[in-house]
Amino acid sequence: MGKPKTIIEKIWEKHVVHQEEGKPDLLYIDQHLIHEVTSPQAFEGLRLNNRKVRRPDLTFATMDHNVPTKNREVVKDEISKKQMETLRKNCEDFGIKLADMFHPDQGIVHVIGPQLGLTQPGKTIVCGDSHTSTHGAFGALAFGIGTSEVEHVLATQTLMQERPKTLNVHVKGDLGPGVTAKDLILAIIAKFGVKFGTGYVMEYTGEAIHKLPMEGRMTICNMSIEGGARAGLISPDETTVEFLRGREYVPEGEAFEKKAQEWLELATDEGAVYDRTVVINAEEVEPQVSWGTNPSMCVPVGGTTPSLDEVDHKEDVKRALDYMGLEENQPITSIEIDHVFIGSCTNSRLRDLQKAADIIKGRKVKDGVKAIVVPGSFSVKLEAEKLGLDEIFKEAGFEWRDSGCSMCLGMNDDIVPAGGRCASTSNRNFEGRQGNGARTHLVSPEMAAAAAVEGRFIDVRKFQSGVLN
Amino acid sequence: MEAIKEHKGLVFPLNRTNIDTDQIIPKQFLKRIERTGFGQFVFYNWRFDDNGNKREDFDLNKPQFDGASILLAGENFGCGSSREHAPWALLDYGFRVVIAPSFADIFYNNALKNGIILIKMEESQILEWMKQSEDGAFYLTVDLQKQEIQDQNGGTVDFDIPAYHKEKLLNGWDDIALTLLLDDKIKAYEESTQV
Repeated sequence: MGKPKTIIEKIWEKHVVHQEEGKPDLLYIDQHLIHEVTSPQAFEGLRLNNRKVRRPDLTFATMDHNVPTKNREVVKDEISKKQMETLRKNCEDFGIKLADMFHPDQGIVHVIGPQLGLTQPGKTIVCGDSHTSTHGAFGALAFGIGTSEVEHVLATQTLMQERPKTLNVHVKGDLGPGVTAKDLILAIIAKFGVKFGTGYVMEYTGEAIHKLPMEGRMTICNMSIEGGARAGLISPDETTVEFLRGREYVPEGEAFEKKAQEWLELATDEGAVYDRTVVINAEEVEPQVSWGTNPSMCVPVGGTTPSLDEVDHKEDVKRALDYMGLEENQPITSIEIDHVFIGSCTNSRLRDLQKAADIIKGRKVKDGVKAIVVPGSFSVKLEAEKLGLDEIFKEAGFEWRDSGCSMCLGMNDDIVPAGGRCASTSNRNFEGRQGNGARTHLVSPEMAAAAAVEGRFIDVRKFQSGVLN
Repeated sequence: MEAIKEHKGLVFPLNRTNIDTDQIIPKQFLKRIERTGFGQFVFYNWRFDDNGNKREDFDLNKPQFDGASILLAGENFGCGSSREHAPWALLDYGFRVVIAPSFADIFYNNALKNGIILIKMEESQILEWMKQSEDGAFYLTVDLQKQEIQDQNGGTVDFDIPAYHKEKLLNGWDDIALTLLLDDKIKAYEESTQV
């Protein structure tokens, strides 16, 4: 046996097409996912240079950012409409499979990849979208790229990439009751900052990680980019294999068993060395709420906004508090919200909706709070309806929508108004993200559901333990 | 992309950290299907109020920064979304050089593909230049070949840039054309792995 390797090195080495001293490696791309926002200029570039799509069979397209989540037939914004029509035409002209907004496979690109089984361990996966890191949950090397790189992959099925450094994000111990994968990743980013992963690919390790179901792992890997890493992944295990069994794009029967064996062998070897390791103790993680304008500005729900005397970059913190309409040292549970968004590529899968529904069941959304649920895909929506989750949400006063990126970034009509305050299960609390002047607080689906009921932030564990009814 | 060897320009200091691509170009402007015309939207929510009027308290709107082409910023510039609309907007507005203590990975690649010179520099040096440039009329000359920045008083500071990135910028290389020269290797890879 050779030198022990991390899964990152194993995948990288298998995909190098060409290597030259002093130059980035040329890396083969197994799966290219595209959507309407970051692809039009790439196709335009191909046309201008009379180039073809090298492997349409390794390319899959969907519409997610602009799609309406109600009255889907009516796209009011002409430019949105044109962008989606452009994708349709590009897919037709270049022979690419497209799940358009009426297709049963439609959904947020990072929800449908795993759902269809396009996402598999060991693959290199790219998409013109920074949350492509989501697919790393399966032990794939998956990262977001810009439009020039989209064009490069379309034309050559490869990318020039500098070999990343490896970062072990080790989670010690177990998560406490009522603490979720979302709380864990927010706590990791709060602890290590928004750029600790820059230049690295992260691997999340530790028992707490491998005890998570695939949905939780996707939530974690999804937000790797918020810690600065383009890609974050988790070594495949039996949970990974069982999630993929029977999905549309994975092999069947013996061929599957053979694949599964290969997948499991990709896991990081005992004794492999990372360029850097950080450690967090899972037991110290509590339900999180972000208070500021980047994802590291986050505290336990029992905490307060920071004291200006105790922070670095005081000006930036002051700006964030001002934008958010908050004071220093303000208790999180004193913050009242008027919007709740359950959805996005971070937290819109069936299990996320089930967990939120468990909290909502038999309760009502507080008067004056506008609350929406946007399932991550058409298929998630149907499955949820089979389980009656739609009724639970609707009875409580939530709106039950069609799938899409929706209020995570408000490219469609789902916008938080200026000055509005949203408890959101999405991934970014940047200024203006959910609407110009909108204030975003990042939370788990359970915490969002609890906030909908109370009209302010509350420790969801009080609901779960029966302290509150 | 256009080759760039040297650039002299007016400096605009933006002393904020973690400037994300949502700030560089907000989502409502991502719907266009062209690469051009994004400059008018750069830093939109900082430059304009809800009615589309220029905010007087944002320095880039002040006449002394008209024509600025070198941007100084805080650490982790360009974090967040992978939208290449961010470098397109900066370039279209007129910025050819961004100097910051650190850049986000995806933004770095995107900017490089568009011929923007990104320079990583010690925060202390950037803060000094920010101070000198806060009232405008402060110029820097970036010599990529020599990896040297000269201020208008004749002071010079060296900078590091990976050799390959430097070559790319100096030559304005088209990565796709370069990669297509390796078509045989790609074919061989596809055959051997049966992908």
